[in-house]
Amino acid sequence: MDIPADRRYSKEHEWALLEDDGTVRIGISEFAQHELGDVIYVEMPAVGARVTQGVNMGEIESVKAVSDLYSPVTGEVVETNADVKSKPELVNEDPYAGGWLVRVKPDDADQINSLLDPAAYQSITE
Amino acid sequence: MTEQPLLSTPLHDLHVELSARMVPFAGYNMPVQYESILAEIKAVRQEVGIFDVSHMGRFFIDGAGARELLDWVHTANINEEMLLGRARYGLLCRRDGGIIDDGIVYRMSEDVYLLVANAGNAAKVLNWLNYWREERFPEARINDSTNHISMIAVQGPKAIELLASISEFDPDEIKPFRVTRCLVDDRPALVARTGYTGEDGVEIMPHSGDSPRLWKKLMAAGAVPCGLGARDILRLEAGLLLHGSDMDETVNPIEAGLERFVAMATDFCGKEAVKHALEKGTQRHLVGFRTVARGPVPRSHAPILIETSPIGEVASGAFSPTLDMNIGLGYVPNRFAVPGTALKIEVRGKVLDAIVVPLPFYSRPRK
Repeated sequence: MDIPADRRYSKEHEWALLEDDGTVRIGISEFAQHELGDVIYVEMPAVGARVTQGVNMGEIESVKAVSDLYSPVTGEVVETNADVKSKPELVNEDPYAGGWLVRVKPDDADQINSLLDPAAYQSITE
Repeated sequence: MTEQPLLSTPLHDLHVELSARMVPFAGYNMPVQYESILAEIKAVRQEVGIFDVSHMGRFFIDGAGARELLDWVHTANINEEMLLGRARYGLLCRRDGGIIDDGIVYRMSEDVYLLVANAGNAAKVLNWLNYWREERFPEARINDSTNHISMIAVQGPKAIELLASISEFDPDEIKPFRVTRCLVDDRPALVARTGYTGEDGVEIMPHSGDSPRLWKKLMAAGAVPCGLGARDILRLEAGLLLHGSDMDETVNPIEAGLERFVAMATDFCGKEAVKHALEKGTQRHLVGFRTVARGPVPRSHAPILIETSPIGEVASGAFSPTLDMNIGLGYVPNRFAVPGTALKIEVRGKVLDAIVVPLPFYSRPRK
């Protein structure tokens, strides 16, 4: 299962990537999209909304099930992926790039280091 | 309640080999999906898919009184005019009209019939058949062949062509809702031109020992393995009801919109209740709805509202990839069971706009 080395992961299978501009891009892992199956709807927080690490910020619905989406960092939502709203299957097809979900301006950029590194994440998906 | 160990179909090991996601269903360990439910649905709508439906109950009824027994327990007209090789869909009803199960009766030979029942109701149906046999038709014999023969549904616009390439099946002779015995992949099987997807296709019933080889042969010929997840959405798109979700013992055939499958010219168990419902009318009716926009899926038990007043709940609901919209079924008071009626459906606190539409949601293009 693909686990890119450039980012961190939550136990709930979100990834968080610190961008050059100091924002954190968030999505779900390859493992998570595979477990969910075909994604047909994503409920994302509004731009400007406050999100909190480990707290529900939306939901992902697949053909057979609904799962909560948790924020891996605390901060303010600055962008959501409009492409995913019209093409939810991007989450399955390209979970680490085109299928990203939310971009957050974190209160504390160091918070991302409290998440799992790729090796630690790998161990919980085995 | 004690946990019963799950049963397996003869195709179980093949499903596992294909990395299917296995789930408990009606006491069986069954594949819900292989690669992708949406891809499987697309395969059936555009090409051909195969389903293991060996979990369904298969009961042969023969001997003197076999026809009379079936005509009594089943709402279709199982009369002398039902020719050899014909199949009829109908319901099994209680005295009060409540629906015990739905299923197809196949006339295999002079006085041999096959009834295929839903997996979850198979034990109940067998008890019901035995009850009436003892009560009124003691010469009829009932054989539960569920374990002896398997059942593989081959469905899709290319199903018949594929079958013809590996069997003696003659599609000009065996039209929809007919059944025959023929060699499939050089082994004897029953082949019924029936299904539960809205597409043309067949349900092949080989000896259980021959079914893994047949499954592999069908795959090698290009059929895509499909699980229960795809099957449930395909049948909903085609407006086919699922017993246990869209009808049950608390619902009569008229409320469920199934009057065309009730032959009032014959005598059958539950007829008085159905007649009463036809004459006096009913309070509620099953309707199809579609949501106005994409969004969360209105699934089973989601409340249906008119403005802010609850009037019913969703029986079955799903995202339909064929229509690219969320669709569903539910019971509503008769005055709202009119296509065009604006409904609201509450899903996890959100209120979605929906509209009552005629069934089926999807019909295959006819040649």
